[in-house]
Amino acid sequence: MSAEYKTVFASIDDYRKGGVHCLNEDPKRYVFSNLYEVAATNAPYDRIVVAKNLDYTIEAARAEGTSDWMVCAHDEFVVAMDYDVEVHFVKLADDSIVDEDKDGFVTLQGNPDGQKMGRILMTRGHQALLPEKTAYRFHSNKPATLMLQSILGEETIEKWADICLK
Amino acid sequence: MNTNLKPTIDNTQTGYESFKIGNFTFDRDEYFAYISCPNGEHMMSIDAFLRAMMRDVAWGFFYGTVAFDDVFGTTNHYGNVDVFIGSQHAEWTKAERDYLENFKSDELMDVFKALLSDWTNEGFDPFAAPQETGNAWGRNNGNEDKLISRQREVAKRMVGIPGDAPLRSDENGYPVNRAFADVDQSQPVIEAEPGFEGELHAYNFFAFLSRSDVTWNPSIVSVVRQSLFCPTTEEYILPIDHGNDRVEWFIQISDEIVWDIKDGKTSAPLATVTMRAGDVSAQPADIRHQGQSPKRSMLLVWENGSPEIMDMIKDGTVPIVPVTF
Ligand SMILES: [Fe+2]
Repeated sequence: MSAEYKTVFASIDDYRKGGVHCLNEDPKRYVFSNLYEVAATNAPYDRIVVAKNLDYTIEAARAEGTSDWMVCAHDEFVVAMDYDVEVHFVKLADDSIVDEDKDGFVTLQGNPDGQKMGRILMTRGHQALLPEKTAYRFHSNKPATLMLQSILGEETIEKWADICLK
Repeated sequence: MNTNLKPTIDNTQTGYESFKIGNFTFDRDEYFAYISCPNGEHMMSIDAFLRAMMRDVAWGFFYGTVAFDDVFGTTNHYGNVDVFIGSQHAEWTKAERDYLENFKSDELMDVFKALLSDWTNEGFDPFAAPQETGNAWGRNNGNEDKLISRQREVAKRMVGIPGDAPLRSDENGYPVNRAFADVDQSQPVIEAEPGFEGELHAYNFFAFLSRSDVTWNPSIVSVVRQSLFCPTTEEYILPIDHGNDRVEWFIQISDEIVWDIKDGKTSAPLATVTMRAGDVSAQPADIRHQGQSPKRSMLLVWENGSPEIMDMIKDGTVPIVPVTF
């Protein structure tokens, strides 16, 4: 008989952090945080950088209710890390409103002008493409954790001292 | 100093070949690999050696240093590669026993591939978790050459998009791994409006990982310019110590990994980093890391493949830590 294994995932309401044990080292060099903790302790849809490599980012966000519409000059990706989240897409009537030279997401004021493209219903582990120059917004009925692959922009939040082990 | 103190190698008994490149000689017998250079010899258990060699070959010498253990390893300079004994160990360098030679990547790769082909016996898959494969011991007996040419999935934009790297399924030979039988296999629901069919893309990333047939071998699932999501499944021990030449990041997706951190230049132990689901940690560019995963786990390795970083490595201006706070 083959052994049964239990895969341990975590969620915004049930996570157990690890940590850094140092012999001769500064724990801050490991920039250690937890995606679920960041989502649990921040405002809905604040996109907080948890990992950064030059200007590339991985961001954590709490999904809860409906977000503003956002758009980005380059592709981004989102992963639903625990609970159900919807992503809605709109094809912009005029995509010249997207500044090609600007990295990172930009929040749009109000509803974007354009055609509805549809929506993706995601749950734990699902990854979706947020295509370049396409408006998107998230919706979640209860608090959930998002992980985003993007590039640092003017609206991305960095608060390392608040989120990292010291 | 006495030289050539390695145990007697008798290839006529074992059926293995010895391999040479520059001043390095590689021999194996039933239990061990022996690396010899003008400054002396080093021996390693053959299973650990083959697991490390498999990764060094499959990853094209990878980013920075692939340390087979604290003594022997390779450092990639992208086009040429250092092979060293003792160069990243404080006691070896202090005793001036360290030895390093640089080779053209393709010449070294040819020798390493020939060695892997000859030294890997039938039934031993160096990529597999120890419970999922045979053993490396004994005399020459067949090969596992199909593993040497194994290609990992490398997405251009995202896996599963038509024309890009395919998803894993039962049909294409990737059943769910025994340790991930409880992982949800549902796919996201895509409701496209008329005219936008085929423009919205999503897939089950955790299910994709649950079907990984190898350990400690990242594939690429999504790409934003040079930002590469390189997830992998891990079980038992990373067969190498990785001394990256740039910052890399880990995001633990499931279960737990304990990382042993050593100084990249001296092999002195520095820290232990325990990562559980949701934990995020940077690996500085001046250390080596080796992971230990008690149960098969899902790890997202995040790499930056920018040519800009290559230039910074050459000028010595590459950041050692990604952020200070
Ligand atoms: Fe690494």
